[in-house]
Amino acid sequence: MDKPRVCVLRTAGTNCDQETAFAFEKAGALAELVHINRLILRQSNLDNYHILALSGGFTYGDDIAAGKILANELRHRLVELVRRFIQRGKLIIGICNGFQVLVKSGLLPGNLDLDQEASLTINDSAKFEDRWVYLKSPGHKATKSQTKCVWTKGLPQVIYLPVAHGEGKFITMDNSVLERLKKNDQVVFKYSDQKGALSDYPDNPNGSQENIAGICDDTGRILGLMPHPERHIDVSQHPRRHNENKQNTEGDGLLIFRNGVEYAKKNL
Amino acid sequence: MIYNVELKNRAGIFDAIGSGVKKDILDLGINSIKEASFIQVYLIEAGCHPEDIRKISEELLVDKITQEFSLNSPVALKSNDPNQHIVEVAYNPGVMDPVEESTLKGIRDLGIKGVTKVKTAKKYIFKGKLTSGQIKTISEKLLYNKLIQHIVKPGELHLCVRGDIGYVFKLISVKLINASDKELERISKDGQLFLNIQEMRCIREYFKQLKRNPTDCELETIAQTWSEHCWHKTFRGIIEYTEEITDQKPRVIVINNLLKSTIMRATKELNKPWCVSVFKDNAGVIEFDDRNNICFKVETHNHPSALEPFGGANTGVGGVIRDCLGTGLGAKPILNTDVFCFASPDYPFKKVPAGCLHPKRVMKGVVSGVRDYGNKMGIPTVNGAILFHERFVGNPLVYCGTVGIIPKDKSFKQANKGDFIVLLGGKTGRDGIHGATFSSGELTHESEVVSSGAVQIGNPIQEKKVLDVILQARDQNLYSAITDCGAGGLSSAVGEMAQELGVRVYLERVPIKYNGLSYTETWISESQERMVVSVPKDNIAKFLDIFNRENVEATIIGELTDTKRLKLYYQDNLVCDLDMSFLHEGIPQVEKKAIYIQSKQKEPDFPCPKDLTAFLLKLLSDYDICSKEWVIRQYDHEVQGGSVIKPLSGIANDGPSDAAVVRPIQGSKRGVVVSNGINFRYGFIDPYWMAASCIDEALRQIISVGGSLKEVALLDNFCWGNPDKPDRLGCMVRAAKGCYDFAKAFQTPFISGKDSLNNEYTIGKESIAIPGTLLISAIGIIENIEKTVSMYAKKPGDLVYIVGNTYQELGGSHYYNLFDHLGNECPKVFADKAKLIFDSLSCSVDSGLISAMHDCSEGGLGVACSEMAFSGDLGMDIFLSEVPYENPSSTIHNPPSKRNDFILFSQSNSRFIVEIRKKDQKAFEKMISKVPFGLIGCISRDKDLKVRGLDGKICLKAKINELKNAWQKPMRW
Repeated sequence: MDKPRVCVLRTAGTNCDQETAFAFEKAGALAELVHINRLILRQSNLDNYHILALSGGFTYGDDIAAGKILANELRHRLVELVRRFIQRGKLIIGICNGFQVLVKSGLLPGNLDLDQEASLTINDSAKFEDRWVYLKSPGHKATKSQTKCVWTKGLPQVIYLPVAHGEGKFITMDNSVLERLKKNDQVVFKYSDQKGALSDYPDNPNGSQENIAGICDDTGRILGLMPHPERHIDVSQHPRRHNENKQNTEGDGLLIFRNGVEYAKKNL
Repeated sequence: MIYNVELKNRAGIFDAIGSGVKKDILDLGINSIKEASFIQVYLIEAGCHPEDIRKISEELLVDKITQEFSLNSPVALKSNDPNQHIVEVAYNPGVMDPVEESTLKGIRDLGIKGVTKVKTAKKYIFKGKLTSGQIKTISEKLLYNKLIQHIVKPGELHLCVRGDIGYVFKLISVKLINASDKELERISKDGQLFLNIQEMRCIREYFKQLKRNPTDCELETIAQTWSEHCWHKTFRGIIEYTEEITDQKPRVIVINNLLKSTIMRATKELNKPWCVSVFKDNAGVIEFDDRNNICFKVETHNHPSALEPFGGANTGVGGVIRDCLGTGLGAKPILNTDVFCFASPDYPFKKVPAGCLHPKRVMKGVVSGVRDYGNKMGIPTVNGAILFHERFVGNPLVYCGTVGIIPKDKSFKQANKGDFIVLLGGKTGRDGIHGATFSSGELTHESEVVSSGAVQIGNPIQEKKVLDVILQARDQNLYSAITDCGAGGLSSAVGEMAQELGVRVYLERVPIKYNGLSYTETWISESQERMVVSVPKDNIAKFLDIFNRENVEATIIGELTDTKRLKLYYQDNLVCDLDMSFLHEGIPQVEKKAIYIQSKQKEPDFPCPKDLTAFLLKLLSDYDICSKEWVIRQYDHEVQGGSVIKPLSGIANDGPSDAAVVRPIQGSKRGVVVSNGINFRYGFIDPYWMAASCIDEALRQIISVGGSLKEVALLDNFCWGNPDKPDRLGCMVRAAKGCYDFAKAFQTPFISGKDSLNNEYTIGKESIAIPGTLLISAIGIIENIEKTVSMYAKKPGDLVYIVGNTYQELGGSHYYNLFDHLGNECPKVFADKAKLIFDSLSCSVDSGLISAMHDCSEGGLGVACSEMAFSGDLGMDIFLSEVPYENPSSTIHNPPSKRNDFILFSQSNSRFIVEIRKKDQKAFEKMISKVPFGLIGCISRDKDLKVRGLDGKICLKAKINELKNAWQKPMRW
């Protein structure tokens, strides 16, 4: 395949769609912004895409709870389409609000019944906060081929991305869900300090359980994370680029998009 | 039937909202509170099966991981438990509940029919020994605002909407043509028209000639159009201005149109080719690159924010975003900037005047309102300022600005005869009725009763939907003109669009939120999130279709004619028929008197303290100077991915950046730089120099981040007291003159501006005016964002320079303020020298010589160096003897009193602290050889700030962490 096609889903209140599409294009894909009504009315065919991206924003105002109404819409209006998409081995990424949608629709951590097993709830600080965070990839020690999540292969041990949310505290239904996530290598990112050691607020900006910032499903093809990789795809977005005498002009977030795109190229 | 669904956190799940409320209660000094918990309430009116409500609760409303719900068994007080209290807060009837629409959508997605209404309420449960008085205090100070909310009484069900009853058309005319002057005044006052007697007389004459009385709708339309808010009659009027400057002969001049003779005159005379559209459209427009222009507008939303801080600021942001969207054929917003003035957060509760909210609550509400709207619109809020003075207690200032990007070929509009008038976006309700005229009058403690219709809450997602679709329609060339519905509602938007043509509007076609709106209410309502466009008939089907596809309401409400008349119909009845030329040109020019008498303030006389450390620490903890991180972090400043110089920078991303730089087009290297200058304290001494200083401050921030003066435009926002009082107006005239002189000198034209007058608060006979406050916003273009510079110290051993002269001019400084002195010499601007400094620094940046740069403003050199040091987590050694210093008024008889404290804390303009690598010393000094500078020290590895005084001895020494702590502590909320 030359260029994988990405469906960046839009609806009322989506607001990181354009930069997410840009990041995918920079990573070598062809990205389109698709309004949800077009999928519901079958004016656009999800089958034509290889990657589905749920970007950041405040879908439907985050009324009731962040991502809840879009999650509900996915479950009741698009569930067959999305199931088929997943069954065909395609990729999904949910960033920030998109992660909230994936979790609240039961697509993450993911079970057959789409039962919600985790949530992203109000930050411990009870405030919306925008800050840059360090993320440790717990699966990093594994070699490329062993990492379960296709989106995070070959990432440096610690990456640096901004978060901007009011409801990002990750919490599982019970301990067994948490243990299952860990056992299955589904915990993809943890908030950490600069060196990768787990630490408290503000490094863990929302009070997430075990500092969890991102998880994938059991197949490793569906990724959800609170931080915004699309906001760090080149070095000029780095808050301290003046100190970084890096030759590399790419930002840490670009690797995530490139992983998805490369996987799609090879496998879909 | 009405169902009650209550959601609360499961046991063991942290209740962040409840614990936040508990903290706020403790802050109120009520220490007996033991626990506060929060319950979210939904009231659902439905004719469906109760099982459906259970399904709605289970699948949609509750987050089963963190919450549990109860259906129709609301939490109630255990009988007579004196240590448990419940407060439930709900919106007043008629106030929009933003959650309703989306919840109904979610219910439809579930496939459930029969639900007619949804309302939400918030319930708080308090444990602890609290008196009913304390509960009342907590409720009033923290939980609700009676203008939009109320405390629910047990058993109350509140789903009805005020006035949701049938409306039977009845044409109302106002008996005007035979009215006496006294009656005219009464009509104006009772109708909240805020028209003065000359204007009322003029209207009387107009209708006398027509031999009929006006309808209520006609009179309202004229009042809206002629309001200070919409017409700016003071700025456009005739002012007899008397100026008495110390040691000069008093002079009197007559100014015909202050705006044209100062602000706009500078622009006209500068005649910059890159100015695309100035003072015409909803925002000023300048060139950006080969394909795009940039527009910028800053608005104020002071009066509404005084009454309902969240809603006022919220709709202020929403309004200025629509200004950009209504510029040309619609610009895409790329950044927001917000500047506020409040009374001190520590203001004693007892001193707060009746009818006013406590300043800390105002501030928290305003910040939340800005956060809510900006974040939800997906527009980064990257710049701002917050200042404090006790005279803002009745009138906080809330400036909201938006920058947009617009393709060159979409930068102008041209509505044509025959085009349909289409109303887009939100439905129309009673919100904001009389907003435009209300903001043109002074606030009194009755304002909250009389004008509560002027208070609104925004719905940013509605506006985001409108934005998304408008940009698609724009790019398909489907409409000919667009404008926003702001103050004055349809009256102002349609009136403006049809000014040169004429229009027919059918008011019964306007989609309304609830029954019962009269034709006049429909016409003047200021309901948010609405835009008006003119669509050529051939495009209308395609146009309506793309709005329909994304569920955005678009309704044809009339069409443009060539009759030059404003004709409104309601169900075939003519309810308004006005001559456009009378409406837009008929207003009699107001004549006002203004007087400015230069005050002679005392210069304080106190010895220079030996050790200045304590004073620096105090300055860093001053509310004006201290860290605003608590505010900034609540704004999304990264969305759209274009933020380059962010509002916070430094090793820990928490230092104070100067200007903001945003790259609007990803993949391009071109950037937009935005800054602001505001300092009302200098206005206490001389508003002329206040204006000069504001311009200098805004420009030097642009220089600080690596910008240049090549293409920089300014915006002016005057917030002043009652312009009918000659002393208030005199200061404003003087400030406007400063704007002209320095815009001209720096070659930076004004492209847009706004004034908000009558910022006075009357209690009985006492009238509190705000300090006359000028906000200068600056916008420039940066050719290569990779060359921008940040403000924090980078490397031990680097050299530290000050560029620009320091003068003994501490009037209005924060240092004098520590001693409760004002002083008489406020900072001046020597524009020729300043321009040379700015240009040579821009060249140095271009040559890659500068590692860090920070502008000197509040707190002077001392504060600027501290901020650079602690933001870079490095120390700094400074030698005051190396600072170029002058006393402007020194003579042989009165030699300059060179003092450590004056050098360290003077707030002289046009100064920068610059960090240079040692190897670049020669190159840099050559670059700045034509301007005053001093090599004042170096960056050090030990984490101390050490300042040596004129005698070479240490006069200040502090750990940078201590400095940082002093700076962060005041607003660590």
